[in-house]
Amino acid sequence: MGELTLDAIWEWLVSFWGDWGWLLLPLIAALALITFMLVSAIFSVWLERKVAGRIQDRLGPTRVGGKFGWLQTLADGLKLLVKEDIIPAQADHMLFRLGPYIALTGSFVAFLALPYGDGVVATQMNVAVFFMLAVMSTEVFGIILIGYGSGSKWSLFGGMREAAQMVSYEVPMAICVLVPVIVAGSMNLLYFATVQPATEMTLNSRSLMWNWYLFNDPFTFAAFWTYFTCATASCKRAPFDLAEAESELVAGFHTEYSGFRWLSIFMAEYGSMFAVSGIASLLFLGGWHTGFLPADPTYWLGGFFGNVINVVVFIAKCWTLVFVMMWVRWTLPRLRIDQVMMTCLKYLLPISCVLLLGVSVWNLFLPTTVLALFPKFLFVVCVLFALFVIKQLMTWASAQPGTGMPGMWSMVGVSGYQGAKKN
Amino acid sequence: MFSVTSVSRCYKLNMPDLQPFLFWLIAAATALCAIAVVVTQNIVRAATWLLFALAGTSAIFFLLGADLVGVTQLLVYVGGTLVLLVFGVMLTAQGPFITMKTGAAEWAISAVVGLLFLGVLAVSAFSVRDNKPGPPLGSTTWEFAPAKRLSTDPANAQYSAVIGMGFLGVGVGPAHMEGNRVVRTNYLLPFEIVSVHLLVVLIGAAYLARAKRRRRAAT
Repeated sequence: MGELTLDAIWEWLVSFWGDWGWLLLPLIAALALITFMLVSAIFSVWLERKVAGRIQDRLGPTRVGGKFGWLQTLADGLKLLVKEDIIPAQADHMLFRLGPYIALTGSFVAFLALPYGDGVVATQMNVAVFFMLAVMSTEVFGIILIGYGSGSKWSLFGGMREAAQMVSYEVPMAICVLVPVIVAGSMNLLYFATVQPATEMTLNSRSLMWNWYLFNDPFTFAAFWTYFTCATASCKRAPFDLAEAESELVAGFHTEYSGFRWLSIFMAEYGSMFAVSGIASLLFLGGWHTGFLPADPTYWLGGFFGNVINVVVFIAKCWTLVFVMMWVRWTLPRLRIDQVMMTCLKYLLPISCVLLLGVSVWNLFLPTTVLALFPKFLFVVCVLFALFVIKQLMTWASAQPGTGMPGMWSMVGVSGYQGAKKN
Repeated sequence: MFSVTSVSRCYKLNMPDLQPFLFWLIAAATALCAIAVVVTQNIVRAATWLLFALAGTSAIFFLLGADLVGVTQLLVYVGGTLVLLVFGVMLTAQGPFITMKTGAAEWAISAVVGLLFLGVLAVSAFSVRDNKPGPPLGSTTWEFAPAKRLSTDPANAQYSAVIGMGFLGVGVGPAHMEGNRVVRTNYLLPFEIVSVHLLVVLIGAAYLARAKRRRRAAT
């Protein structure tokens, strides 16, 4: 098999289809991206149910597709596909149908500028991170149409709250994105993770964990957590998910949506979660680098296999951040809408402005030794803290079975119990 | 997967129809949506068609290679202005699904004004002297370089760093004679004016949205 490079694909297409064969290449890229986005959403739904189950001291889906319920989401998807398509009588038919597609498009187009590996990107743009933020802001309009077009007051309230929340959180999110952009000097997402092995295979190589922008200065460190909070809010995930809260607003802005239309809205949400996690991992967490190699794997393994490793590492990082979003969802209680807006306007926005100012003056007023040593210092502090947390978790005093809060496993010995057996 | 260590060739295709084809496609879609804004009677649908028209304008910017302007159009117009417009429409409507009925006289007057405006735009578009005419349509070659890496050197980043320097007073624009020196234009003055403007707008918005103290009735 010849090397699977872009040139080889190109030449084959052109030789086969003539000059118009070039139209197929963007189509292939778009198809690959949307397939990945939707399959990732399927995986994320399963992961969410398992994570929710485990945090709530139960198992989650265990029946469909073997012991771990792998195919549960597939079964759910099939069910949603064959559900009756109900459109309320007083809904605006065109806007009701159009809304989910605008949301899905806004979420998907952001993937076009997201690099998965060294050069593995659908469109290389000099303004990639700006493009992703701008396109994800068009999702808001889809939410408004969904809420308004349903013709129900619950949906309208939910849609309005949701739109206000998403629009408000875009401001601190963009300011926090600016913080590593200022440090790096470029908005090109490829720049953040590109390593030139011929010149840079030293301890200062950008692919090593202590050189990631997360540890670069205290302001980018704080910017990562602030950005992650704003990103969670702009994806309307808990604890900021009042607009789609089941207990307060029926189902919020998507009350009237069932079946495949609801699925489109959720594909858009999980797609956005992956996209903002992608931005976070590229800007702060070194993108597709493993963290302990001084150069890109393509340097040793060639273009194809090296980039396979890069893509796998990047997707794993993004899914880890998505898992953190789920973990937070099932741990923290929901904020009220006024608390949501207050968090944005009274806390996160001033914090992000201070971070922007701070990172701008950090490089200007400190001696170079401090600038060079601080990342290593912060990295060591974080590693020590992580080790401390792990040690605490492993040696936490746990209650004897039968004492403390009754969980599922403490009922196993009780006679007449018909639940799952502890194996 | 795609490799950037492969040969970076530019593929020159003789595709005389491609760029005009894409332009006409996007322009037709934008024009249809713009007409729909005017024709439709439901105001929220009009806002939706306006969304598509503005997104089409952004697509034309991308087609011209002006990525930064296209992205700013999306962020400012679609993500900001249009959301605000729809909020305003929905919060001031007297009832759900308001329809607007325009009378024949309004149609006539607005058609006349619109055609006059079109004439003014066409005349000014074709009379710009600096416009370097491109090659005739039949001989356009489309340069496509999928393996060519964009410059990741921030000093050469085509849009953001250079524009930023222009805002700070470094000469980055077109060169012209001033006295007996050649200087390049910078964008410092517009940047300062826009900054003051933005500050005024922010202060005004904060003032308008302040919590008003209620007068307590004397008991």
